[in-house]
Amino acid sequence: MTATVTGAADDVRTAVPAPVPARRRRRWRHRGAEAAWGYLLIAPTGLGLAVFYLWPVLQTGYFSFTEWGPFGGHEWVGLDNYRTLAADDEVLTSLRNTVAYTLLGLLGIPLAVLFAALLNRPRLRGVSAYRALFFLPVVTMPVAVAMVWRWLYNGDYGLINYLLSLVGVEGPHWIADPATALYALVAVGIWTSLGYNIVIFLAGMQAIPREYYEAAAIDGAGALAQFRRITLPLLSPSLFFVSVLSVIGSLQLFDLVYVMGGSGQSARANPAFPRIQTVVHLFYDKAFYTNDRGYAAAIVMALLVLIVTLTAIQFRLQKRWVHYG
Amino acid sequence: MWKAVRVGAAAVLAAALAVTAAGCGSDEPAASDEKVTLSYAVWDKNQVPVMEEIAAAFTKDHPNITINVQLTPWADYWTKLRAAVTGGAAPDVFWMNGPNIQLYADNGVIMPLSDKIDQAKLDLTVYPKALVDLYTFEGKVYGLPKDFDTVGVWYNKELFDAAAVKYPADGWTWADFKAAAAKLSNPAKGVYAVGANLAGQEYYYNTIYQAGGNVISADGKKSGFDDPATVEGLRFWTDLIKNKQSPDLKTMTDTAPLQLFESGKLAMYWGGSWNVSEFGKNEYTKTRVDAAPLPTGVKQATIIHGLANVVSAKTKAPAQAWEFVKFLGSKPAADILGKKGPIPAYTGTQDAWLAANAQFKGKVFLDAVSYAVPYPVSRNTAAWNDEEFKQLTKAYTGEVTVEAAAKELATQMNALLAKE
Repeated sequence: MTATVTGAADDVRTAVPAPVPARRRRRWRHRGAEAAWGYLLIAPTGLGLAVFYLWPVLQTGYFSFTEWGPFGGHEWVGLDNYRTLAADDEVLTSLRNTVAYTLLGLLGIPLAVLFAALLNRPRLRGVSAYRALFFLPVVTMPVAVAMVWRWLYNGDYGLINYLLSLVGVEGPHWIADPATALYALVAVGIWTSLGYNIVIFLAGMQAIPREYYEAAAIDGAGALAQFRRITLPLLSPSLFFVSVLSVIGSLQLFDLVYVMGGSGQSARANPAFPRIQTVVHLFYDKAFYTNDRGYAAAIVMALLVLIVTLTAIQFRLQKRWVHYG
Repeated sequence: MWKAVRVGAAAVLAAALAVTAAGCGSDEPAASDEKVTLSYAVWDKNQVPVMEEIAAAFTKDHPNITINVQLTPWADYWTKLRAAVTGGAAPDVFWMNGPNIQLYADNGVIMPLSDKIDQAKLDLTVYPKALVDLYTFEGKVYGLPKDFDTVGVWYNKELFDAAAVKYPADGWTWADFKAAAAKLSNPAKGVYAVGANLAGQEYYYNTIYQAGGNVISADGKKSGFDDPATVEGLRFWTDLIKNKQSPDLKTMTDTAPLQLFESGKLAMYWGGSWNVSEFGKNEYTKTRVDAAPLPTGVKQATIIHGLANVVSAKTKAPAQAWEFVKFLGSKPAADILGKKGPIPAYTGTQDAWLAANAQFKGKVFLDAVSYAVPYPVSRNTAAWNDEEFKQLTKAYTGEVTVEAAAKELATQMNALLAKE
């Protein structure tokens, strides 16, 4: 939900299917100099994608059928890793955590819409200052963000619990208590991605022609009705875009868990860790801490299937609620 | 982009040439006109200055060899090292410890040094035998001992005085420790007697051996965690947490015991001789803390361990790397180390260490050698170490009983040992 969001942005934006007019499709048959130029121009990006994305994915797919020695070298073990995977409690727990995190993370979307709507009010003073403030967490290093939140959440010396103690509440050990850890992480995740989502929604809102609202006002529609009948439907492409990104980002959550929850030995000693370990963190743990690379590859392939499936479902469902232009 | 590729290709070519060049002269001593930079990986930031000083002393004698000391914090050291080895980018020379030596030697990652030791007619009896044995695998020596460490109790005199408790001293027992712990704890103020850190070397390994138990059988084939005496050694710590004489795991996850001790929240800190540099520099601990031996249980015991310097099997400059490791294991290097670092392994250089840390009772750690127990290891120590943390966390939080956790741990550990 943090670093991954910006990374995935371009891919998804290009992946949103623009309606292809029939006339365009016909022109594709005329392969000629124009097409060659086209291919030439996308070649650098295409090559980069193939070398740095596609090839590793294929390799990981292959490695998921192998077992690795402690210092590299691998042998084919067929479906063994997938068999272990199906019966592994840790995988199940981390999957459950990831899904919980993803669902809770979606709460950030209405929040972002709300803030965007407030920031979009025509006569708001200091609007650019607010926008900068909200966007600040997005451009801050995720690790720095996580470190600072770790201190804020400290059960004995953190600022949050200090403030709570002023009103007589004894706060928990936010990220070491199994009952609160997941929610504490979700809060940080929403906080970091809020600014980015607000910008997308703001852009979406500003693209809606003023005349619609004027017409609605003349017809007697109140602010709420205008928001529900005009803003929301016309914002739906942005909503769709942000929800796809949010889901993918949440499913790939790693950095927050790594810095705030711990890794390796420190993660083992954190009583809340089983409640916050995500699939990607588990993958990292298996690949680099316990050095079970083949098994780690199998875990990440399972995650790939999950992400592709969920994204496909989202694209299917969008036809029912997303209105383009 | 193309420029980058061309520069990259040139670098690869240059590296290839360097390999060929190094390959030609591999059996001869360092070619004198060849400039070489060796990477030297370490994990203790407190020791970076002294390692750099030793490296500078070496470069003075060997002007063509420069040493690049690379710090990777302990938490990531082994993860990064394994990844580097797998990717063919291991440092030329690096720190090795007991739990990892056999795995690295067994997989041919580090270079056996026995032939070179014979050629150079080095005398290995200048190091404690336990350490040479630790770094000997299948009859070959893989590392030259650098330092050694034992474990003791660091205590905060101010907190002891405030609670009117006698300072720990030679001959104190588990009963004394528990009585003191009860008086020193004041959970309402956030002050505890000790932090039951979930760590073997400084914590439960010591009490396990003090209780007459063991972590692993002498032949390294069988887990000792199902031994009732071992369970008593673990209960020592879980009882402290239960009685609120130690913070719970939640608190220690948020704030590490070392930080708690350094801010006056823990009266005692079980730590190593290596803590002298940290406690000597820290403004708070500098004047307030001192060291005492570990309390005696059924018997007296402390874990002894030491690091060694090893050479990567794939280094491009094996002759130079060996020269450096030889120097690191020599008396001049040990003399520098003793003044500013941990206890040097080279016999006879320990007095410098005592003198350099005179503000603490450093002799506690040297005396402990007489009853010390070697750090328990097997061929793939890391595998069952990980299982220790997973199972014991549940006992420390009180989720399961100590007996149940230890039993499960023994089962898992035996399964892992059978695979070695």
